[in-house]
Amino acid sequence: MTLDEVLASLFPAGNTVQRGSHGVVSGTGKIEGHADVAVIGIVDGTPLSVDGALVLAGHVLDLVSKGGGGTLMVLVDTSSQNMARRDELLGLNEFLAHLSKSLTLAAAEGLYTIGVLYGHAAAGAFISTALSTQILVALPGAFPSVMDLPSISRVTKLPLETLSDLAKSTPIFAPGLEPLFATGAVTEKWELATLQSQLKAVLARRPSGFADERDSIGLQRKGRLEARAIAQRVIDEAASHA
Amino acid sequence: MSNLIDLVNHDYYEASARDRIAGILDPGSFHEFLGAENRTISPHLAQFNLTGAFDDGLIVGAGRLEGQPVYVAAQEGRFMGGAFGEIHGAKLVGLLRAAAANGARKGIKAVLLLLDTGGVRLQEANAGELSISEAVHGIVEARLAGVPVIALVGGRSGAFGGGGIVTAFCSRIIVSDHGRIGVSGPEVIETNKGVEEFDAKDKGLVWRVTGGRTRAMMGGADCFVRDRIKDFRAAAIAQIGAAAPFTLATLVAEQKRLAARLQSYGDCRDAPEIWRIAGIADPASIAEVSEEAFASLPRLKEAAHDAR
Repeated sequence: MTLDEVLASLFPAGNTVQRGSHGVVSGTGKIEGHADVAVIGIVDGTPLSVDGALVLAGHVLDLVSKGGGGTLMVLVDTSSQNMARRDELLGLNEFLAHLSKSLTLAAAEGLYTIGVLYGHAAAGAFISTALSTQILVALPGAFPSVMDLPSISRVTKLPLETLSDLAKSTPIFAPGLEPLFATGAVTEKWELATLQSQLKAVLARRPSGFADERDSIGLQRKGRLEARAIAQRVIDEAASHA
Repeated sequence: MSNLIDLVNHDYYEASARDRIAGILDPGSFHEFLGAENRTISPHLAQFNLTGAFDDGLIVGAGRLEGQPVYVAAQEGRFMGGAFGEIHGAKLVGLLRAAAANGARKGIKAVLLLLDTGGVRLQEANAGELSISEAVHGIVEARLAGVPVIALVGGRSGAFGGGGIVTAFCSRIIVSDHGRIGVSGPEVIETNKGVEEFDAKDKGLVWRVTGGRTRAMMGGADCFVRDRIKDFRAAAIAQIGAAAPFTLATLVAEQKRLAARLQSYGDCRDAPEIWRIAGIADPASIAEVSEEAFASLPRLKEAAHDAR
C-alpha cells in the first residue's frame, strides 16, 4: 500500500499528515466519534537515519510536553536502519535508542501509542519504531523482519533451501508477518474490508498500564514457548533472594 | 580458574563473563539466578547442528558493589558472539523486570549490564529481536522505578546491532578501547553498500568509526577506562551516582545534545574530521596515544552531559 492509500483507509474523515525531510511524516488524523489522533511515521521504504530518527523523536517529545494523553499513531514503511559509515560514526545507536526511548516515555506518560506497519521494517529500524509502540497493527503488505534468509544463510552456513524448509516448521527465525505475529511482535492483523471497525475496537481498548505482554502473547500463539517462563523464573528467584 | 588468577588486575577483554562478574563485584558476593544447573539450553540451536550452553551465554544474578546490593547481567562473548537468543534474552528481561518490581524495596542500587554482543542470534532471530525490544522496555521500567542501569562495554564483540540500542537505553555507559559500539557492523555495511562505503578490513578505520575512544570523545559513552577489570569496577561505583532519571526533561536534553552533534559534525565520515572541527591540535594522535594519556584528554564539549 502507498502512504496515501493507508491514510485514506485509516482516516476517511480526513487528515493533515504531511511529508517532511528524511522520509518522515507528521500531522493528525480525523476519526468519526473519536478525538483526533496524532500521526508520525517513516514512509516510502526510507532507511531510518540519524536525521530521520531525531526528527521523529522531536515530534514525540513535543506531544509528551503538551500533556493530556491522547493517541499517537506511528506509520512504518522503512527498510532497515541507514547502513552508512557516517551514521555509525555519529552514533546511530544513540539516535535509534533516543527515538525508542521517546516512544516508550510517551506510553509511560499516558499517550496511547499504536504502530501501524504497512511495508517493510527490519533490524534496528524495526526495534526503534514499530516495536516501540504499545500495540502493533499490520496492514496488508506488511513485511517485518530481522534479517533476510540469504543473509541468515550466509551467517549460519546453512543452504537457503534447508532454511526455507526449517522456516515452515518454526516461526523462530524466518522473516515475514506470520512468524512475527506468532512470536508476539505483531498484536493484530487488519484487512481493508474490516479496517474501520478494527481501528475503533483498538482505540476503545486503551491499555491501563505500561506492562509489556508480548511474551505472554507469543506463548498463547505457540510462537515463543520459553521466554515467558524463563523471565518469570528469574523474577521469582530474585524475589526470594535476600 | 577464577580463584587462581588475580581477577581485579586482569584484562577485561580477555576475561570470561563469569570472571568479569567475580572481579567487578565484591569478592564472593555473587549469587546467580537460574544458574547453569538449571540447564536452560536454547531449544533452537540443535536444528542448526550447534551445541548449546547451560546458561545460553548470559549470566544473571545479585551481588554487592562496595557493600551495596546490585543486580548484574553478563554476556559471554565467546558463546555465539554473545548474541541474543530466546533464553538468553528472557533471562535479561526477567532481571530487569525484577529490578523494576522489587529493586527499590530491596535497596538495589543499580543493574550492571556487562554487554559483549554482536546483536541478534540469527538462528532464533525473531525471538532474539523481540527480547531486545522487551529488554529496553525493562530498562525503562527499572529506571522509572529509580534503579539506574549501567552499561559496561569492553569485550571482543563490543555492543552491536540491538546490543548498541540496549547500550544507549542505559543511564550511564562505561567503555574501554576495545568497546566498539554501533548498529550495523562494518562487514554488513560493506556487504550491502560496497567497500567504498566501509572497508571492513581497514581495522584503523573500523576503530575510528566504532571504537571506545570515539564514543567517549563524542558523548556516546560517559566514561573511558583502561582495559582492566578493576578500572571497570571503579568506574561502575562512580557512575551509579551520576545516573540521570528517566524523565521528559532528560529526553528533551538528549534531543538537544544529539541535535548539536548533527549540527556540528553531521557531514563528517571519519573521526579525525570531527576532532579537527572541535579544535583538537593533533587529530591523528587521538587514536595513537596510550590509554592513560587518552583518559586524561579533555573530551568534546558535547560529551559532558546527563542527558541519556
